[in-house]
Amino acid sequence: MAQRGRVKEALWGYAFIAPTGLGIAIFYLWPVLQTAYFSLTEWGAFGGHTWTGLDNYRRLASDPEVGRSLVNTLTYTGLGLVSIPLAIGFAVLLNRKGMRFVGLYRTLFFLPVITMPVAIAMVWRWLYNGDYGLINYLLSLIGIDGPNWVADPATALYALVVVGVWASVGYNLIIFLAGLQAIPKEYYEAAEIDGAGPARQFFHVTLPLLSPTAFFVSVVSVIGSLQLFDLVYVMAGSGAAARANPAFPRLQTVVQLFYDRAFVTNDRGYAAAIVMMLLLLIVVLTAVQFRFQKRWVHYA
Amino acid sequence: MSKRLSAVLIGTLLAVSACSGGDGGKTAAADPNAKVTLSYGVWDANQKPVMESLAAEFTKTHPNISVQVQLTPWADYWTKLKAAATGGAAPDVFWMNGPNFQLYASNKVITPMPGEADLSVYPKPLTELYTFEGKPYGLPKDMDTVGVWYNKALFDAKKVPYPKDDWTWADFKDTVAKLTDPAKGVYGTAAQLGSFQEYQYDTIAQAGGYVISPDGKKSGYDDPKTIAGLTFWTDLIRNKQSPDLKTMTDTTPLQLFEAGKIAMYWGGSWNVSEFSANAYTKGKVDVAPLPRGEKQATVIHGVANVVSTKTEHPDQAWEFVKYLGSKEAAEILGKKGPIPAYNGTQTAWVQAHPELKLQTFLDSVSYAVPFPVSKNTAAWNEAELTHLTKAWTGEVSTEKAATDLAQAMNALLAKE
Repeated sequence: MAQRGRVKEALWGYAFIAPTGLGIAIFYLWPVLQTAYFSLTEWGAFGGHTWTGLDNYRRLASDPEVGRSLVNTLTYTGLGLVSIPLAIGFAVLLNRKGMRFVGLYRTLFFLPVITMPVAIAMVWRWLYNGDYGLINYLLSLIGIDGPNWVADPATALYALVVVGVWASVGYNLIIFLAGLQAIPKEYYEAAEIDGAGPARQFFHVTLPLLSPTAFFVSVVSVIGSLQLFDLVYVMAGSGAAARANPAFPRLQTVVQLFYDRAFVTNDRGYAAAIVMMLLLLIVVLTAVQFRFQKRWVHYA
Repeated sequence: MSKRLSAVLIGTLLAVSACSGGDGGKTAAADPNAKVTLSYGVWDANQKPVMESLAAEFTKTHPNISVQVQLTPWADYWTKLKAAATGGAAPDVFWMNGPNFQLYASNKVITPMPGEADLSVYPKPLTELYTFEGKPYGLPKDMDTVGVWYNKALFDAKKVPYPKDDWTWADFKDTVAKLTDPAKGVYGTAAQLGSFQEYQYDTIAQAGGYVISPDGKKSGYDDPKTIAGLTFWTDLIRNKQSPDLKTMTDTTPLQLFEAGKIAMYWGGSWNVSEFSANAYTKGKVDVAPLPRGEKQATVIHGVANVVSTKTEHPDQAWEFVKYLGSKEAAEILGKKGPIPAYNGTQTAWVQAHPELKLQTFLDSVSYAVPFPVSKNTAAWNEAELTHLTKAWTGEVSTEKAATDLAQAMNALLAKE
């Protein structure tokens, strides 16, 4: 009797998650399988494809643009992690007792998150302009002749990282604030009684208890950075304008390369192979993070 | 089985068979008096009103056909059209350009013109551009050629005489040198890289070189004359008479020209509305023909109206395309839009701006060369930029960049 009751309960459970499950299957799993299949084919410009086996993957291995866009994407992802300590720092400051205008600061930090990425990119592009931009104007006041930030191969990628970090700090900060507020006050009281100053409290109470949040944020940001597209698409220009940008080789990301192959040069099978490679990369990097979380993540 | 049940069954079967295969649609199309609505895809918001008035004029003489103008901005036009055509949902009639034409024709997305058409009323390079395997696929709607837009104020300030109609490369370089003023941040001209129609393709033709062989199978970029057409521009950057590529990436040459930082801008006839509306350039600019190299040349291009293979109303669609290609339609277009392609109707366009020497653009049609294209133009257009960027920044010599490009382009052409 009890057995049957459990089965019945499980059936109800499955019935309730069925709509979501179906949605995921249709809109996520099926496209993934389709893409995997397409990556083994070559496409005509207007549909119709022929089976080519692993040809696209062989091409991937020897395509300098693939290597270059991988390096760019990984560099961007790595540097983008700076956003995490920054967000923790700001979150701790905003979480202080008696802090005034907290609401205002939170809004200011969160504003970039709800702003359209295209709008952000356009404003930054103007700020970065080599001849008329605000940044170089300010630098000129102290006698520095600034570069063409997004058109100079030496600075372009870093200029992009700055915008990326600036745009993501707010989102991460909100999550860290939630994490901070979930830490019981008693721990701090106990630490204080034991004679721990603010610095010790931060490193021995706050940080360890915040590590599960940091882990979540790190997994999410890495995945997000690997999929970088819109910022580059707008800031580096698109189509011919992007290719005519001397910094383009330093800015091209994997998703941008995918876009070019799929929609500009009509090379859809190859484009599918490129995103399959990206999928693999995301899986591997996420798995590595899960593998290493035991070393530094403390679940209270 | 009762009679009633079988009657229902037969009725259902009939209904099902009528639905499948779209027979219903075809019968309707065959009826010449049936009301149909054609969709017409365009990319230029400035021209949408003119296109709508042309559609209205057409409906006056063809009361059963109405036309719905669908605007897709240029940036998304080809991506969206490609997706729509793949799904069999392209507009009945739509705008086509040179670089994309052969791709659409060879994949049978658009259909050759039925019957005989008089193509002699349009400039020959244009009708050739829209001919594939000997068959015309559409009628040219408008055309554009390239000229040198110059800032009279900057000429006057340096007391340099305005360009003459018969000027040469040497005259151009001389003028550039006189107008360049580093102290004021003014350059004689700008060696733009991203827009080949106004820059590289013209000088390549003027130097006697070629971009692609007439049969569309071989790149001309390793030809010394073609390289001379490219060096024309890279030399200007090296001499600091043009902004460098980084500067032109941050601020486009068009923006620099409209800020008075560039004295001569190679632009098209389509820039007329831009320059006569811009607060700075209004009344301050005029246009001269492109300077003469080994020969005189400008690239000519124009948009054509084509019909989708999948249209349910091919007869009505072609009727509309023929109207758009007629003298009557060209006269309406010339008053408010670009240069109409129909020979002899362009006067209205020239007269719309008496303050500018617009006749320059029409005179250059006599020596114009067609826009270089092949089946998959987009693929080697990308290669052009990838390789030539290095010559523009000075990373490699122009000769090397051009030779590498020729190799890459030949490999792409071999795959077509």
